[in-house]
Amino acid sequence: MSKVDLSVSVGSLKLRNPILLASGTVGYGNEIAEFVDLNKIGGIVTKSLSLKPRKGNAPQRVVETPSGMLNAIGLANVGVEEFLKTKIPFLQKFDTAIICNIAASSIEEYVECTKLLTTEETISAFEINVSCPNVKEGGLEFGNDKKAVARITEEVKKVSTKPVFIKLSPNVSRISEFALAAKEAGADAVSAINTLVGTAFDINTRKPKIKNVTGGLSGPAIKPVALAKVLEIKRNVDIPIIGIGGIFSWKDAVEFMIAGASAFQLGTVNFVHPNISETMINDLILYCEKMKITSIKNLTGSYIL
Amino acid sequence: MFLENATVDSVTQIGTNVFLLKLISEKIAYHAKPGQFVNIKVSDSDFPLLRRPFSICETDGDSFSIMFVSIGGGTSILQNKQHGETIDVMGPLGNGFYLNDDFDKAIIVAGGIGAAPFPFLIKELVKSGKEISCFTGGRTKDDCITYEMKNVSIATDDGSLGFKGNVVELLASKIDPPERGKNDKIKIFGCGPNAMLKALQKFCISNNIDGDISTESSMACGFGICQGCPVESTTNKDKYLLVCKDGPVFNVKDIELP
Repeated sequence: MSKVDLSVSVGSLKLRNPILLASGTVGYGNEIAEFVDLNKIGGIVTKSLSLKPRKGNAPQRVVETPSGMLNAIGLANVGVEEFLKTKIPFLQKFDTAIICNIAASSIEEYVECTKLLTTEETISAFEINVSCPNVKEGGLEFGNDKKAVARITEEVKKVSTKPVFIKLSPNVSRISEFALAAKEAGADAVSAINTLVGTAFDINTRKPKIKNVTGGLSGPAIKPVALAKVLEIKRNVDIPIIGIGGIFSWKDAVEFMIAGASAFQLGTVNFVHPNISETMINDLILYCEKMKITSIKNLTGSYIL
Repeated sequence: MFLENATVDSVTQIGTNVFLLKLISEKIAYHAKPGQFVNIKVSDSDFPLLRRPFSICETDGDSFSIMFVSIGGGTSILQNKQHGETIDVMGPLGNGFYLNDDFDKAIIVAGGIGAAPFPFLIKELVKSGKEISCFTGGRTKDDCITYEMKNVSIATDDGSLGFKGNVVELLASKIDPPERGKNDKIKIFGCGPNAMLKALQKFCISNNIDGDISTESSMACGFGICQGCPVESTTNKDKYLLVCKDGPVFNVKDIELP
């Protein structure tokens, strides 16, 4: 039995280890559970939920780009009611944190979703998506507006009985100002970062490779940007950070913790190596042993500048 | 569904730029059904970053093959794989062709590399004693793949081999019109570019012939989590079907291709 303690806290939420699966890359858990024992990881963040089901964008929705991919799924989801009825029964079988991601097109809708979900005891926390780049209403409109981020945070906090994390957009000049706005409005943590807006063209047809014209860039290509954003928040705002952006190996994850993340999310990598969240546990233990770190918490923000 | 480090048995060229990659994976070979696919991590590096989906072309004991056209990028990496190397493969994925219908005669319709899933299907159809005719087409004769096909008729857009025109026009010229009532024990199996599949769907529906089509889409995961491969359903307009999980094989009546 290893002596390394992998448990971490994000605000008041205690996690078995800092490994979380990012929203939009694991659906509602059932498919990924064929590859990963969800009881062994910190938790999963559900696909963004809206009040009513959303069909999502027309194809083509995804395209590979150098060391990354663009997606414009358009928040296709089953809606809160269906989630509670058909997805929760599966998720409640696991002893792992279930973080419910909510995406809405109005403040009222965020509040309504939170009210409906907060009574469900299987849910451990909320991650509020104020930063989806691929939908017309809401999404980036909110993510680019500090007042809107503060207002959404405040209203959701009023009705939530669980910790509230705000998922921030990197498509702003100073992400730390948004983290500060979230903190002052009562957020328990911030998740950083959502995808970067990008596009790609077919040179023969001269049309965008994504039907939505632009999509969200993810994968190893965005890791340096994400790390810099996490570091910027860590150096300027006293709020727990969940690091996200292009993590493809345990080494990437360690970098995020050094830069200031208390926990991290694996996203695009789940598409390629769906079992990596479980296989990296041992790698993290070995790293901590080698570095004589008894508790992985001590890595958070341990950068030496 | 399995995640396997499959060992390369061989890479064989079977046509102009067309290759068969034979991989040893007992689990995938044993569980595969015609029309299913595998999602392959072509290299260990970030290029290509995502897996690439390929139809399972045939199985042989503890191994299976994929058929691909080498068009550069990931496919040229595959073309150069050596015996004994391992490749990270996920599969078998998706739903295969539906073979439990009451039909006596199977008609295979392939456009270009759309021939890929058919050797496996043909083997199964032979086992169950079906009569088989194959139609294969392409832009030029170099694009027509006849590998393991039986009773083959060929169509080329430029007339460089066989019928001049597309493969669905060729098929239409060979099938009895619906009023003669001879088509109820026929099932058509198609795979190829969307334009061809759309023409084939129209042909099947207007002639009241049952058919399955194997579709292609860009996708990131191959097992339903990325939601990257939607296809419009004809029955439920509120929700897309996914090529990876609900397909890649669909009945001609069930989807509306882009």
